[in-house]
Amino acid sequence: MDKQPVKFYQTGTFTVGNRLLAPDERSVQANMTRTNSLNSGHRACQGCGEALGARYAIDAAMRAANNQVIAANATGCLEVFSTPYPETSWQIPWIHSLFGNASAVATGVAAAMKVKGRKDVRVIAQGGDGGTTDIGFGCLSGMFERNDDVLYICYDNQAYMNTGVQRSSATPPAARTATTMPVGPEPGATWGQGKNVPQIAMAHGIPYVATASVAYLHDLEAKVKKAMTIHGARYIHILVPCPLGWGAASQDTIRLARLAVETGLFPLYEAEHGEVVASQKIRQRVPVEEYLKLQKRFAHLFGKQPAVETIARIQAMADRNIRKFALLEDR
Amino acid sequence: MLKQTEGSHAMAEAIALCRPEVICAYPITPQTHIVEGLGEIVKSGELDNCEFINVESEFAALSVAIGASAAGARTYTATASQGLLFMAEAVYNAAGLGLPIVMTIGNRAIGAPINIWNDHTDSMSMRDAGWIQIYAENNQEAVDLHIQAFRLAEELSMPVMVCVDGFILTHAYERIDVPDQKQVDAYIPPFEPRQVLDPREPVSIGAMVGPDAFMEVRYLAHHKQMRALELIPQLSAEFEQKFGRKAGDLIKAYRCEDAKTIVVALGSVMGTIKDVIDDMREQGESIGAVSICSFRPFPTRQLHDALCRAERIVVLEKALSLGIGGVVSHDLHMALAGTTVRAYTVVAGLGGRPITKTSLRTLFEKAQQDALEPLTFLDLNQNVVNREIDREKQQRRSGPTAENILRDLAAGNAR
Amino acid sequence: MLFQVRIHGRGGQGVVSAAEMLSVAAFLENKHAQAFPSFGSERMGAPVMAFCRIDDKEIRLREPVMHPDALIIQDPTLLHQVDLFSGVTPNGYILINSTRSFDELGIGDFVKGYRPEHLCTVPATELALKHVGRPLPNVALLGGFAAISGKVNIDSVCAAIRDKFPPKIADGNIAAARDAYAFVREEMKEASHA
Repeated sequence: MDKQPVKFYQTGTFTVGNRLLAPDERSVQANMTRTNSLNSGHRACQGCGEALGARYAIDAAMRAANNQVIAANATGCLEVFSTPYPETSWQIPWIHSLFGNASAVATGVAAAMKVKGRKDVRVIAQGGDGGTTDIGFGCLSGMFERNDDVLYICYDNQAYMNTGVQRSSATPPAARTATTMPVGPEPGATWGQGKNVPQIAMAHGIPYVATASVAYLHDLEAKVKKAMTIHGARYIHILVPCPLGWGAASQDTIRLARLAVETGLFPLYEAEHGEVVASQKIRQRVPVEEYLKLQKRFAHLFGKQPAVETIARIQAMADRNIRKFALLEDR
Repeated sequence: MLKQTEGSHAMAEAIALCRPEVICAYPITPQTHIVEGLGEIVKSGELDNCEFINVESEFAALSVAIGASAAGARTYTATASQGLLFMAEAVYNAAGLGLPIVMTIGNRAIGAPINIWNDHTDSMSMRDAGWIQIYAENNQEAVDLHIQAFRLAEELSMPVMVCVDGFILTHAYERIDVPDQKQVDAYIPPFEPRQVLDPREPVSIGAMVGPDAFMEVRYLAHHKQMRALELIPQLSAEFEQKFGRKAGDLIKAYRCEDAKTIVVALGSVMGTIKDVIDDMREQGESIGAVSICSFRPFPTRQLHDALCRAERIVVLEKALSLGIGGVVSHDLHMALAGTTVRAYTVVAGLGGRPITKTSLRTLFEKAQQDALEPLTFLDLNQNVVNREIDREKQQRRSGPTAENILRDLAAGNAR
Repeated sequence: MLFQVRIHGRGGQGVVSAAEMLSVAAFLENKHAQAFPSFGSERMGAPVMAFCRIDDKEIRLREPVMHPDALIIQDPTLLHQVDLFSGVTPNGYILINSTRSFDELGIGDFVKGYRPEHLCTVPATELALKHVGRPLPNVALLGGFAAISGKVNIDSVCAAIRDKFPPKIADGNIAAARDAYAFVREEMKEASHA
């Protein structure tokens, strides 16, 4: 996306109205002719980051693909709240097969389109962190390895939310979930190795990998648009806060999505064929506490006896990301 | 054209003639030669307009097939044994969504203990999923059933499993008449999906169905199987008319006219059974055989009619439902309801144990005397079994069963 | 009339191909034929068996060949390790890949009572080395089989070989098969005169 210099006139916020941008730079969602691929009437919770991310991502994809998109959806929150029996809120051709096979189903759809000569039809696979990093991991890797012409979008709310907030391999250390309760000597999720799927996607050398956050919706749309100019396996990983699962206020979704980036815990970057080509610098670095404090899933780290060591370890994770991606602007 | 070729190879040729558009499979013994054959046919350009995808697991294989079929492509895959179980979730999913995928099962036993040889445990494990299940008696029929399968699947909008005995058929060289493209084109029209993913007419496929409607959806799937009971004989008749030979149909009766004893079986063992029947008939014995080709839908009425005048039936099964006995036998009891026909279940050939003419002859003669237990295991090594049972009685840490038995057998051979 | 052949060898010696080619040869003479392997783990050097049935009518039988009318032994090192002769019919044919005689191989006793012209050895490995440059005896043995049993003629065997291999290798294999054929014919002549 071409960077257009904009003067900030508002006080104290970073809000920039679309009217200050050239028309073709404005958000897809601001446009009356947006496709509303994920239409209103779905049953997502108040403040659901995933509904927000999906709406922006799919409409951006539709815009980029001249409305020729087919989506394969894994089992999970998005699938469930978007198709509450007997209704569907999808206005695009959409298939839900199983929990772990969205990427494989998408591969099949893409193959069918190729065979039928429907070059203009693009295929998206989408799922939550559970369906992507855990049960769908094998199929995802297979799709990457074959470089199938599929854009996979992972909506990461960092746990199995649809089934009641159980831990997934995307759950951050120390976070409370139903299967990692804040009790015992190591309360919350244990410290494992983590599973960084964007990095794993990069290791497959696929044409395009990006991380995005629902606090930066223009950026999300731009990344989807960019992805749609490329053929082959592509992966976008979007951080989507879940008020229910994170124990956060429903009006804090975007704030949390921004804080995750500004602390360094969720770096925003793009990579092509395994190499980082762009990253978003942190404007004002924020200590991790500011982010953690807003979420009840980390409440046990605070209070009368704050878990200083644990918070320091989390801070160290953020510091590592900042170093690794050079996220602080040089002064 | 008449050829002397490997069953797998002939099947690959036949499948290619059906003009599949997407083929996606994961290798597992004994299906490998079929998929390799197809891969070569696609890669050489002999079959064009076909995407051949090497997937990373059987679960992926059937999932890719689901996506392709839902998007309107004629789709094929193949597996066996462990692979079928690995894709079990997708097996139910494909049937539930009504996608006309054709899948070859190279029938093979399921572990533990791991075993690569033939029996019917794999396809039997998926008999309730809603797939049509048809079994080939020989490699000519294996070829012919695949052609019928694509037509059947697409007319019904239901996936079809073509079951072919692993090694015994897949790896056997036989004289096979492989049809030509014109014949197959005249039998299988282009795929017209009942539902399709297409931006021109968006639909949502795979939504949740609640208590309000789930029973009705399942009933309709069962209803499709009931329709298949009519469609299968029709397609078989049309096949005979167009290709000049009989293949498929629900069941086939062999010398049953006045038979007092009828043997019932599925698949390649029918060949050996027919040889024994002929020998016994030559000696004036009143015996015949019925081969079940369509196991799902289960041809209850046709089997009733074929078997009701016999005194007894012997069900020769290559599957065992642990804890109860035969699989086919229990379905057959439905067909025998209201008759006085006695039924003997014989579990045979598990894990590739050869089923010999000699053993069958002895078995059938005993059956004629009604000297069989309701459930028998053909050629079971009772000594080895008893030794293991004793071993387990005597010590808690008796060791892995399979290894104990293998050691016993080896020790026996060394004598 | 049903005629059953059992071929013994080790993994990697082309035992299965031999059975397949034999079935093709029979097919070319308008006969029905069935060929299939007996499977163990697919490992080089392990004992393997393959079977071929030939008949004038459809072959429905699926059991392993228990009563072979002919035995082809590709690897004589199997002779005292595996019960190769199990079930062989009284007037059966036995063809062994060896430069030694039945007596020298230590199996003279096993085959007492068999017609001498039904028992032959042929240096198939040597013939293969000579004509094809590889010690794969299976094809030459088929030539020997055509001679000893007369169940397929040598021309059909050669046509089956031509069908299977690329031209140059087919040429070499055909030469080996024809040599083996001639060798066994000669041996049979001597045996029946002895």
